[in-house]
Amino acid sequence: MSGIYIHIPFCRTRCHYCDFYTTTQIKRKPELVDALIKEMELRQLWLEGETIKTIYFGGGTPSLLSADEVSMILDAANNLFRLDSKSEITIEANPDDLSTKQIRLLANTPVNRFSIGIQSFHNHQLQLMNRRHTAQEAVDSVKRVQDAGIHNISVDLIYGLPESNRTLWNQNLEQVSALNVKHLSAYHLTYEKGTVFEVKSRQGKIFPCSEEESILQFKALVNWAKEQDFIHYEISNFGKKGFFSQHNTNYWMQQKYIGLGPSAHSYNIETRSWNVSNLSVYVNTIQKGELPQESETLSEKNKYNEFLITSLRTRWGIKLDVFERLFGSEEKERLIQKAAPYIKQEKLYLKDNSMILTDEGVFLSDLVLSELMVLPDED
Amino acid sequence: MENIRNFCIIAHIDHGKSTLADRLLQVTNTISERDLQAQVLDDMDLERERGITIKSHAIQMDYEWNNQKYVLNLIDTPGHVDFSYEVSRSIAACEGALLIIDATQGIQAQTISNLYLAIEHNLEIIPILNKMDLPNAMPEEVKDQIIELIGCDESDIIEASGKTGQGVPEILEAIIKKIPAPSGEKDAPLQALIFDSVFNSFRGIIAYFKVNHGEIRKGDLVKFVNTGKEYNADEVGVLRLKPEPREILRTGDVGYIISGIKTSKEVKVGDTITHVKNPCTRAVAGFEDVKPMVFAGVYPVDADQYEDLRASLEKLQLNDASLTFEPESSLALGFGFRCGFLGLLHMEIVQERLDREFDMNVITTVPNVSFTCYTKKGEKIEVHNPSGLPKENLIDYIEEPYIKAQIITVADYIGPIMKLCIDKRGELQSQVYTSSNRVEVSFEMPLSEIVFDFYDKLKSISKGYASFDYYRTGFKRAKLIKLDILLNGESVDALSALIHVDHAYEFGRKICEKLKELIPRQQFDIAIQAAIGAKIIARETVKAVRKDVTAKCYGGDITRKRKLLEKQKKGKKRMRQIGNVEVPQKAFLAVLKLD
Repeated sequence: MSGIYIHIPFCRTRCHYCDFYTTTQIKRKPELVDALIKEMELRQLWLEGETIKTIYFGGGTPSLLSADEVSMILDAANNLFRLDSKSEITIEANPDDLSTKQIRLLANTPVNRFSIGIQSFHNHQLQLMNRRHTAQEAVDSVKRVQDAGIHNISVDLIYGLPESNRTLWNQNLEQVSALNVKHLSAYHLTYEKGTVFEVKSRQGKIFPCSEEESILQFKALVNWAKEQDFIHYEISNFGKKGFFSQHNTNYWMQQKYIGLGPSAHSYNIETRSWNVSNLSVYVNTIQKGELPQESETLSEKNKYNEFLITSLRTRWGIKLDVFERLFGSEEKERLIQKAAPYIKQEKLYLKDNSMILTDEGVFLSDLVLSELMVLPDED
Repeated sequence: MENIRNFCIIAHIDHGKSTLADRLLQVTNTISERDLQAQVLDDMDLERERGITIKSHAIQMDYEWNNQKYVLNLIDTPGHVDFSYEVSRSIAACEGALLIIDATQGIQAQTISNLYLAIEHNLEIIPILNKMDLPNAMPEEVKDQIIELIGCDESDIIEASGKTGQGVPEILEAIIKKIPAPSGEKDAPLQALIFDSVFNSFRGIIAYFKVNHGEIRKGDLVKFVNTGKEYNADEVGVLRLKPEPREILRTGDVGYIISGIKTSKEVKVGDTITHVKNPCTRAVAGFEDVKPMVFAGVYPVDADQYEDLRASLEKLQLNDASLTFEPESSLALGFGFRCGFLGLLHMEIVQERLDREFDMNVITTVPNVSFTCYTKKGEKIEVHNPSGLPKENLIDYIEEPYIKAQIITVADYIGPIMKLCIDKRGELQSQVYTSSNRVEVSFEMPLSEIVFDFYDKLKSISKGYASFDYYRTGFKRAKLIKLDILLNGESVDALSALIHVDHAYEFGRKICEKLKELIPRQQFDIAIQAAIGAKIIARETVKAVRKDVTAKCYGGDITRKRKLLEKQKKGKKRMRQIGNVEVPQKAFLAVLKLD
């Protein structure tokens, strides 16, 4: 179960919450597509022997690619890697790029899943975030994709926005229900360095919503999901049965993946590597036949910590038998001991030989995790 | 003996003592250009960074003047109030002093108190106006200050610059012409004054001394009068750039003795060396067994390092006899040591040396002064720690150490400075305008009041234009009470303080506020309380964390997430668990930084 992540860094404008690597030099698309294919060639052996079951176009704005460009990339992937014919192939898309024509063209490619960046169904919130689309465009775009026969659709929403409240948030969730999409990624806004929001909040021009409000919105989300038969399968992800994001789930299940394009991350159990976050450097280096990447070899302790970090994010939690196989029974006992206070406080629970975060624990997951982890230089 | 000149330098920090001293060494060919480190006299890294000579040294120079050969002994003095006793012993070994004043800054408080010490010892003072090369030098004004202070003629003041070498020949000439030769009796029994000692890991303790009377030879059987210990003088010699062994040191000479002494405690600055046979009848006057005045708990961050900490403190003590320590345990911090320091700077230095030289990560508790407690039964107890105080109903009264504080500032800041001192329970002793814009004030105040954030405040209200010095005057009765700090109902012994009753409420409120800032939010509410006995006088609450979650791991970037969490965990590791509350190290020093 391995995956390919493809980073398309182009954006027409930058959203105020976003700290991902993006660039507005859209005219350089052909260069990037060339380089992506070249990178696949250079790294053809990186996942040797693995069958690829998911491909994910992330961004930036992958929907800025033409259907032809998407096809070129997928053809190359198919030629260079062992691609499962039933692979999940996702493209992230902005509502404003999803014209009927573009959807039809994309639907003719192997792409079979759309992740639509809606963020909110309230125009004033969309403006605040510097999104390019309106609420109506968002609704229409989802319907058009459905009309084209694609029902494996995910939408993104952001909660905990400045000046948000439960009424607005509940309305957003109701709209998701009404649209009958199969998957929701709901992120709490974080003020990342280098974003407009972070600067404005530092300058006192916008005010983060209170912790109390954050918690209430999160609870509303969790309750809504239960009512609507959305399964809360990962901290920020909710899916109808059979519609979980396989690609993202692989991240949490310690599966290998190769990341192509500037700033993309790769993982093969023993190492993690990441490409340079700069389009020009990326393209130029690839054209020279070299890989513009840095990497780290994972120590036992790194692996231990990552196992906890990734596993605990999911509703399947830490599978203790797997943990024991990887790190030994002594470590397993130690882990259970360290977890005991959190189990008592109902932040964690044990079920079917797994250690899982409770709904309350999810909101304190970093705190719990840092407690369970080992220090990298600790004996 | 007629051609020996022993002198020291009196200067404020940054007034260019070390640079000028380097020039003297250079001109007398004691040191070659190539060997000249930036400031040879300060050979500890720490000293060089701080620009403070912590441990004094001595160096001998040869100089030919009017076809006569002279031996010049420069005895370096530490430049901080914490080491004033060491300064006084260095001064006692000299017949003259170079008074170095920065021509851009004028006279500072510390210079004055050391100058008074020198005058008290009848030293010949040679005033020098340094940094004359700087464009903002104000020689006329500063000369007036000097004349006012020591009553010399304007023509006596030498204009100099350590940087350009200006005035250096004139200084050497003045040293020879003005400073008297040492005046001891060469046929009398040996009497030598120990003015400093250093630790050498191969040779043990090396004591520096000046021969007041008589002579000392290699191999002599000698006795240190105040400790009563006897040693064989394995090696004696003079202090050039490196120690140079000699067969004999005579009256007036300055040199060193190595006699296999292992610990610095045996060599007390101010002690007298004499011969076992034919001892001198009187020891050198002015010996004091210096007692530490500021105490603080020093605990290893990692409880496993207790023994390592002990070993490190023992090693530090080898060349820092004024540091004391004894085991102590705290409910909050576990096992550690109560350390005694000469003052706050000394405490800081010890902390830094533990960190740099021994890689020891320690928590230092709130420092306090040494109190004397008299019980109703008539006992007298020295208290170095608030928790060492007897029960309240057993106490008759408490005495605390007092100081005389001297502050020199410009007239603009005198108002706020007076207010600060009075708020700190100071009583004005005198106020003198030394020029139209310079004021010298002296206060009598409790030492404990300057242990808490006095320097920082003085610096900020005077915008740096105030110099400060103090010396201890004795003990006085005081209305002190013990203030306890509780975290979630549990008293934290490491945070309790003895404090004057009039300040207790305000202090309690402020420390609770400060702790609220410093203690990170945890999974539950934390109550911070200040209490006198059973009475709660202030309270703050640190609200529980309810949200601590990373929403998104972008594109499989697990590395970043892992590193963030590892950092979070490391931060926690540096904290101390008290009851169920995690307290960061800096919280233990919170009281030092109250506004």
